[in-house]
Amino acid sequence: MTRIKEKFTELDAKKEKALIAYIMVGYPNENVTLAAVKGLIKGGADIIELGFPFSDPLADGPMIQNASTISLEAGTKINKFFNIVKKIRKETDIPLVLMTYTNILYHMGYPKFIAKSKKAGIDGIILPDMSVEESKEYIASAKNKIDTIFLISPNTTKSRIEKISKSSSGFLYLVAVYGTTGVKTGIQSYTLKAIKDVKKITKGKIPIGVGFGVSTPDDVRKYIKVGADAVIVGSAFLKIIKNTTQSKIESRIESFTKSLKSQTKLR
Amino acid sequence: MKYPKDGRFGEFGGKYIPETLVPAIEELEENYLKFKDNKEFKKELDYYLKQYAGRPTPLYYAKNLSEKCGGAKIYLKREDLLHGGAHKINNTLGQALLAKKMHKKRIIAETGAGQHGVATAMACAVLGMKSEVYMGYKDTIRQKLNVSRMNMLGSKVHPVMSGSKTLKDAINEAIRDWITNVETTYYLLGSAVGPHPYPVMVRDFQSVIGNEIKVQMKKISNKTPDIIIACVGGGSNAIGTFYPLMDTNAEIIGVEAAGKGLKSKFHSATLSSGSKGVLHGMMTYLLQDKEGQISETHSISAGLDYPGVGPEHAYLKDTKRVKYHSATDAEVIDAFLTLTRTEGIIPALESAHAIAEAIKVAKISKKSESIVVTLSGRGDKDVEEVQNYLNTHDKN
Repeated sequence: MTRIKEKFTELDAKKEKALIAYIMVGYPNENVTLAAVKGLIKGGADIIELGFPFSDPLADGPMIQNASTISLEAGTKINKFFNIVKKIRKETDIPLVLMTYTNILYHMGYPKFIAKSKKAGIDGIILPDMSVEESKEYIASAKNKIDTIFLISPNTTKSRIEKISKSSSGFLYLVAVYGTTGVKTGIQSYTLKAIKDVKKITKGKIPIGVGFGVSTPDDVRKYIKVGADAVIVGSAFLKIIKNTTQSKIESRIESFTKSLKSQTKLR
Repeated sequence: MKYPKDGRFGEFGGKYIPETLVPAIEELEENYLKFKDNKEFKKELDYYLKQYAGRPTPLYYAKNLSEKCGGAKIYLKREDLLHGGAHKINNTLGQALLAKKMHKKRIIAETGAGQHGVATAMACAVLGMKSEVYMGYKDTIRQKLNVSRMNMLGSKVHPVMSGSKTLKDAINEAIRDWITNVETTYYLLGSAVGPHPYPVMVRDFQSVIGNEIKVQMKKISNKTPDIIIACVGGGSNAIGTFYPLMDTNAEIIGVEAAGKGLKSKFHSATLSSGSKGVLHGMMTYLLQDKEGQISETHSISAGLDYPGVGPEHAYLKDTKRVKYHSATDAEVIDAFLTLTRTEGIIPALESAHAIAEAIKVAKISKKSESIVVTLSGRGDKDVEEVQNYLNTHDKN
């Protein structure tokens, strides 16, 4: 069983849902990344998404775009990224998911990149610009090594959801709103409907994680209430990193994580 | 290649897009296939191309330039004479008309030099639609005349501050807007790039250039051209020129922007020195570093300042049907001045890349041969840029 699957099974037994936390590695430097990860773990995050920066992050809003630029300027390279992942992996067994863009994998070659990821301790990969039609080689390279987490959207048709969920492992990433990451539109009724519809179609075969624009304990509670198996929070963590002095980042992240995590426990 | 059903030109092309855009792309393809051979649609587009945009454009025999070079006869396909001053209107009328048939009310576009933005603003004005244009901040400065034109035409221009602040970043921002407003908005992409079906659709709308050349050349010499030359950024005027003439014996040459030289880091010659990768929804050649991060590019012409290229060009390079050469900023300025002073035609800096190549080729070709160069746009927008170049490089 993969770490991600184990985590969902374990949470199920505790009647809890998953809090997935995203940070951009190397934003603004390695030490902050390591401190933030500590805060996330102490605060009770269940899965951590680690962003690797790409020069042209077209699915991301201003917060993650800016973090990507700063991380790249600070010298984040692929090998350095994997070294940071190894350091994190030494300390914890928490599932780690890598989020980046297709060209980073394509350029190195899918098999090589995936082997490196696996070796460093990555459990799954998310590529927001990889459509399922173009994913044959990617999926073949990842099979039995690493989970391939695909995205679906509130406007994805039933037949596509079926097709995409067959190509996905770990969890299915439901984009909550029309827009880029970090958008502030509040809870939309179409999102709540989409969560219910997707659950019906996937019939519990794969967990559904809801992300994009999820930033408050209230968002978390409402998405969990209608059936999300996981919620994904990203830009809100980057905002804390941006606005907090370095020495306080770990504790601020810990307390914010706790406030989000408390809403994932069913009662 | 005719209509690639899977959106692939060989291994290039495809649809690498966020899932939110999939329904929009499917809707676009469905409608494009429905209307592209529809009689009424073609008639309406033809009307606008003729009566509004000014087609057909002349195939002008540049006698002075030909004699100066001393070789083949050089013919200029005068897309610079079109309404708006560039070939871009061929595509924007086609797509805006399609958007109208799809009942889309809001149009967004990206622009580099501003010519596509202006052509979008014009097509939307005449067809009664609202348009917003994303333009890299750097380009809004060096092509400010076109920013004013778009404003006057009623289009809203959004300067893009991210990344290299040029065309690549304008496309990123337009895609982000499209993801956000996917249900109401039509993305009117300006070059033969992006996810399928854009590369093939833009090629089809621009093929009017090559189709006219075929007829005009036959009338002039009862032959097809021996050599065909066009500049390549994303590659829409080039593919529109080349595609209808692909099955002739012509030698076909695309010209990229070599900026300050291919050995410097300051160029945009994607096919000449790039490698395969995925950007803006397509697999194609890209200028990128060894980790797959997209490089910042340079060209004196904003319209060619782009690290990618249309996937069909990538395919034509690999199959060797088309040769891809390049011209440096210095060669382009020379060509710009040469054409201006021998023929009294001020070319766009983009098009001056093709002229630079034509001058080189004409010098070593036979008098009996014919060279057709697509003059994709006029250079009013560039005179200030050229003057600055001349002032700083002490030339005249």
